[in-house]
Amino acid sequence: MKSGLYGFLFAMWVLIIIGGGIMVVLLGPFTIQQFGDFHWIIASGIKVSIALILVVIWILILSKLKNWIFKQELNS
Amino acid sequence: MIELIIPAIISCILAFFVVYFTIPPLIKILEKNNFTVKDMNKKENVMVARPGGISIILGIVVSEIVLYGFFQLNEILALIITTTAAFVIGYVDDRKVMGGWFKPVTLAIAALPIIFLGAYDSDLAFPLFGDVQIPLLYLGLIVFMIPITGNTINSIDVLNGVASGFMVIASFTLSICLFILQNYEIAIVSLPLGFVSLAFYKFHKIPSKIFPGDSGALTLGAMYGVIAIIGGVEIIAAIALLPAVINSFLFLSSVKRVVEHRQIKGKPVEHTDDFKLKATNDKTAPVTLVRLILAGGPLTEKQVGFAIFKLAIFSGTLAIITAFMMGISL
Repeated sequence: MKSGLYGFLFAMWVLIIIGGGIMVVLLGPFTIQQFGDFHWIIASGIKVSIALILVVIWILILSKLKNWIFKQELNS
Repeated sequence: MIELIIPAIISCILAFFVVYFTIPPLIKILEKNNFTVKDMNKKENVMVARPGGISIILGIVVSEIVLYGFFQLNEILALIITTTAAFVIGYVDDRKVMGGWFKPVTLAIAALPIIFLGAYDSDLAFPLFGDVQIPLLYLGLIVFMIPITGNTINSIDVLNGVASGFMVIASFTLSICLFILQNYEIAIVSLPLGFVSLAFYKFHKIPSKIFPGDSGALTLGAMYGVIAIIGGVEIIAAIALLPAVINSFLFLSSVKRVVEHRQIKGKPVEHTDDFKLKATNDKTAPVTLVRLILAGGPLTEKQVGFAIFKLAIFSGTLAIITAFMMGISL
């Protein structure tokens, strides 16, 4: 069981780094100019929404990964 | 450099010895006033003094006040205020059973001095990819971070010595990472957390003579969160804390709601005849880190504690690798 926990820790670490990459490379530079003075508020809202969706996707991936790793461990 | 070494040495000595010398009399006072709880993982009816948070906060405040005398940083003031507030919140919870909302809400309020004193940088630094500027979102992150780190450390305070031993590993890892990133002043500010945890571990390790209580666990967790924010090492801090994060994640994903541990009916762990710990088959019980470690078979309390420490060392190594990766840009 312990090796599964190490694998899960490592998977979380990789997901954090990939998530950071998406934040910096895709979300960070994202801007909108069509909405006058409010463009930054709308852009921030969109960024926050995408970030929250990413968090939910990451949690789902971790849940699936957790179930897969520990089922493998129990079957072995 | 010498002007940094002297305050570092003085604060570390103070942090360690204030806790080391105040705990024995604190244990006597707590026992005399019947502030003891049963150690559930012992065969005999062993009563242990609680809470040890009083010594922990004393060690932190004394050493950080000395550091403030040397550096006069707003970051240190924010750390002292937020950590003291977290101690008070935990102490109230130690004395009186509060609702599930109490700790998250009040710890979020305790984080506000970090914002009011401007003791943060709103750029979030990621390894390999650089920084992202999130000025408004970062305020939310500060308010969320302190309840998360506080409650995460509180949630692993389940066996003798685990919370304090885990904090020794995680906090020294964070200090090493701050030194790697050449953030020397905050690295020195972070060192007392490791030394306070180390001194407390001496009395908390199996068989415990004192428990930290909510006041101790929240104090350690909140200080860890503040260091992550004022040092700009939020991601690294989260990585070093991963085993405890996994514990909270497993608990929440199995219970599917925010709930106090004492409100859970199902028992995740039980005792064998020779009083080893064993995972239960109770489907209503939450999945926890300890339960997963025990899925391979019964272990003693000491063996489970060391399994958690090994996981903490592994995640600490990943955190240090991450700190080195901060200097690399793709």
